[in-house]
Amino acid sequence: MIVEEIVNKLGLQVVAPGDIAQEVTGGYAADLLSCVMAKAKAGNVWVTLQAHPNVIAVASLLNLAAVIVSEGMKPDLETVERAQENRVTLLSSPHTTFAVVGQLTKLGVGGDS
Amino acid sequence: MTDHTDVEVSKLQELVYELKIEDVMKREVVTVAPQTSMREFKELLRLKRISGAPVVEDGKLVGIISLEDLIKALEDGEMDNLVGSKMTCGVETLCSDDSAVQAVNRMARFGYGRFPVVDRSGKLVGILTRGDILRGLLRRLEVNYREEEIQRYRASHIFQDIVSDRTSLILRYQVQGKDFRQGGAASSKIKRAIERLGGGPPIARRVGVAAYEAEMNLVIHTDRGGEIRVEIQPDRVYILAEDQGPGISDIEQALQPGFSTAPEWIRELGFGAGMGLLNIKHCTDRMKLDSKLGVGTRLEMWFHIPPPESAPKQKEDLL
Repeated sequence: MIVEEIVNKLGLQVVAPGDIAQEVTGGYAADLLSCVMAKAKAGNVWVTLQAHPNVIAVASLLNLAAVIVSEGMKPDLETVERAQENRVTLLSSPHTTFAVVGQLTKLGVGGDS
Repeated sequence: MTDHTDVEVSKLQELVYELKIEDVMKREVVTVAPQTSMREFKELLRLKRISGAPVVEDGKLVGIISLEDLIKALEDGEMDNLVGSKMTCGVETLCSDDSAVQAVNRMARFGYGRFPVVDRSGKLVGILTRGDILRGLLRRLEVNYREEEIQRYRASHIFQDIVSDRTSLILRYQVQGKDFRQGGAASSKIKRAIERLGGGPPIARRVGVAAYEAEMNLVIHTDRGGEIRVEIQPDRVYILAEDQGPGISDIEQALQPGFSTAPEWIRELGFGAGMGLLNIKHCTDRMKLDSKLGVGTRLEMWFHIPPPESAPKQKEDLL
């Protein structure tokens, strides 16, 4: 499954498009950046409440497929610009992290078990 | 479909979002005033070899007139009527700062082959056809491809081109204390440097993650920041992160998972999970942490770059 399919199926808002044809290898959810650094794998989608520029740094370093910001949190302009610069796909959902992860699971996007 | 085509398609899709309409539209547009007669309009079509034109009054787009409208006027014997009375009003337009993907979508939705392009104030600034988008995409693809090739080529040949008994490249980055906005900037650059120098994604990721944690430690725990020094050799990378900050009172304790001295406001940003040094340990082949309370901290990290063929898998699995 590619990022674009997830965007369409979950009706996510595209805040900044990166490589939307990137293959998604799985998912990870957390708000602590060091946990993401340790556990998220390349090509994962990351669901988080955090919406500041460091989120983009983390996603870019890990080659994540996309970041989904949950609960309708609005990334500031700098975060969006940073995402564009680093070609990180930044998405937004009005739902809670829990609900987004549930939707992803239904689509067959798995986590580490 | 082969892997190669997959890459091409994704690159194109990216570009179609990135490319702005103003980058690809034609800027010279033949326009007519509403006061032009249909007879004069017919001459214009003949001379300019076009099949229609936007109607503009005081720089503002007011309508569009086409060959079809002209034929109707001919049939009805209304060639002396004005363009303003025969044109189509309420024209679908595109905005010059929209992305090309919006143009593609609108062309598909309305079935029109060409769209007048206006700026935010409604002033006509150009015209866009499918051909313009295609040409723009091809041009951008070519430029991107060439730039990346050149950069990669230049960087990856440093170690071959410059001959010495032991060549190393040293990169220095100043990190500001408490500047969360810039946090991660140095490590992103370090990761990109490793990639440009020909390091594969696994080693670039390991170095990037370790450098990020070290960088954020400087941001979070010092007021005056510190320096990250990266020494790159063909087979190894060495990083030194040094500061004159508060120092660590108990290094054993600092290495425990979950132990953190970060204040509440920093934790709310998602930092201070007490995992940073542990992440560094996992990503490096060796690390050394020296610190003196009130004097500063020195963090040293070593990475082996596996030779291209027989890359050992043990560390990569963690990432």
